[in-house]
Amino acid sequence: MFAAIVRKFAGMLVVMYIVATMVFFLTRLAPGDPASLMLGDQASLTDIEELRRTYGLDQPVIVQYILWLKEVVRGNLGQSIFLQRSVLQAIAERAEPTFFLALFSILIAAAIGIPAGIISAVWRGQRIDQVVSAGAMLAASIPSFWLGLLFIQFFSVRMGWFPVAGYGPPGGSFAERLYHLMLPASVLGIVNSALITRFTRGSMLDVLSEDYVRTARAKGLSEARIVLRHGLGNALVPIITVVGLTAALLVGGAIVTETVFGLPGIGNLVVSAVLRRDYPVIQGALIVIAGIYVLINLSIDVLYTFVDPRVKY
Amino acid sequence: MALAQAPLLEIDQLEVEFRTETGPIVPVRGVSLRVDAGRTTALVGESGSGKSVTSLAIMGLLPRPFGRVLAGSIRFSRRNGEVVDLATVPPRGMRAFRGSEIAMIFQEPMTSLNPVLTIGEQIAEQVRLHLRLGREAAKSRAVDMLGLVEIPDARRRADEYPHQMSGGMRQRVMIALAMSCSPRLLIADEPTTALDVTIQAEILALIDRLRRENDMGVLFITHNLGVVAEIADVVTVMYAGEVVETAGVRDLFHHPRHPYTRALISCLPEHALRGEDGRRVVQAIPGSVAGSLDAPGCKFAPRCVHAVDACQAAHPQLDAVEPTHFVRCDRWRAL
Repeated sequence: MFAAIVRKFAGMLVVMYIVATMVFFLTRLAPGDPASLMLGDQASLTDIEELRRTYGLDQPVIVQYILWLKEVVRGNLGQSIFLQRSVLQAIAERAEPTFFLALFSILIAAAIGIPAGIISAVWRGQRIDQVVSAGAMLAASIPSFWLGLLFIQFFSVRMGWFPVAGYGPPGGSFAERLYHLMLPASVLGIVNSALITRFTRGSMLDVLSEDYVRTARAKGLSEARIVLRHGLGNALVPIITVVGLTAALLVGGAIVTETVFGLPGIGNLVVSAVLRRDYPVIQGALIVIAGIYVLINLSIDVLYTFVDPRVKY
Repeated sequence: MALAQAPLLEIDQLEVEFRTETGPIVPVRGVSLRVDAGRTTALVGESGSGKSVTSLAIMGLLPRPFGRVLAGSIRFSRRNGEVVDLATVPPRGMRAFRGSEIAMIFQEPMTSLNPVLTIGEQIAEQVRLHLRLGREAAKSRAVDMLGLVEIPDARRRADEYPHQMSGGMRQRVMIALAMSCSPRLLIADEPTTALDVTIQAEILALIDRLRRENDMGVLFITHNLGVVAEIADVVTVMYAGEVVETAGVRDLFHHPRHPYTRALISCLPEHALRGEDGRRVVQAIPGSVAGSLDAPGCKFAPRCVHAVDACQAAHPQLDAVEPTHFVRCDRWRAL
């Protein structure tokens, strides 16, 4: 088990290296130059050249790549071109809203999706199943930005229950900051619950027709125990997979929602870095996101062994 | 003989209906059979003859909401002497019977146990429910049960998962599970079909020993007449949802009356005839069960070598050959 985790970890490092390399070259394929963007239309060519030299942008791309990779291996993601701070620092400052947004979103998505999927499977083909399935279809089809705007309009503007946008005033308390995440987390939770509902329903339907569920019935167990202990206990592997992958996507992919709700998260950081060709920030942020993605995948693999005794590494 | 006392299980004119998209079908019609305490009744028939549906109806496990008992009664005499008609017990009430007074084992030992729970937990769960034992007592009862079904090193194996065991071992576990609350009736639905022949003999011997030691009634469902000869006291043969013949086991094998029963017996490998080249050729019944269900006359007539025109016209009734031997064939006297 321990050796297997070490092996997985080594595999992770390979994945990370490939991601870092791809990110480095892909960002440079995009047209645009940070030096000229930074200095504006009025800058002279010599000033631009000067700035390019400062950031090493005048070197051949392959040399830039090797220099950058050396630093990355030491844990130094470089300096932001625009933000006057290190990339790591910039990411650390933006990590909190993104992390808690992803956490609350996935909790809400699972809290809706898993019970809805179970109910749908148990009463398959009946009215409640049709209602749940239609709801899941609707949730999957709604764009999150539109649902976000709708929620802001209703819950913030009309009812005044939640702040319209932002992450609270500077120096605000932790609780206050989390309060600002409730509405965007609900939006992401609802939108992402659709996939979890469908996976849970499908997985439960497979399991509930298994012979051992019939055995459980033949034992005289209550329906609740049959469905939850014998059914859900066996349906968990695909459910964990989809919940984990959704969580991983949320860490890197809540860009639109962060924008709609004006949250200073990593999504926002990446978008503005892309617009300004702030290469070190783009590269650093994507590497961190990829790292989290890979870590979540590793945890899913480890979780399997607890859920299903047949899984061995 | 247990004739004087009330039968443990007495099914009378049972009719089961399944609602399907193409309209209702009746996989079991007018089935009657009985199981006495300490005796084995074999329920024999081909796939699709309705024998498994009959057993699910006894357990109240017909697939809901599509299946239901349409008519007839399933009288079961309880441990306290009370006789109840299981066909009228509401679904919730059936839980008190399942696993406690009536236990069931299934054809597929490989898939009938929950893969994510240990063997011990799966038995203890039922024991805690029906015998109201505590966690520790239930666990040790589970270990005792594994010992009872001759699983070596039971204490250690109780903590194993099903995938760590062979098919024969798993079927022993299923039997241990079934026996754990000392049921009065054991329904065994093709329990040896999926097993090797040597393992099959061991499992049959085990079921037979437990029946004797516990004075338990066994309803043994099978398509294998060879197994029937070994284990049954009474045999009920089903065809296309109906009982076609019921008799004591000797009587049935020595004096089969129904052409279907005769055909089944002649299909046994030991009855294989020598062909022209001197090799033995195993017999088969031409045709299949399907296709004859809607005919007004005898269901077996289309495949019967003795059928005459009258067989196609009128549906035969169950007729008494002897007080304990019944046959559903209008021509049995002539054959």
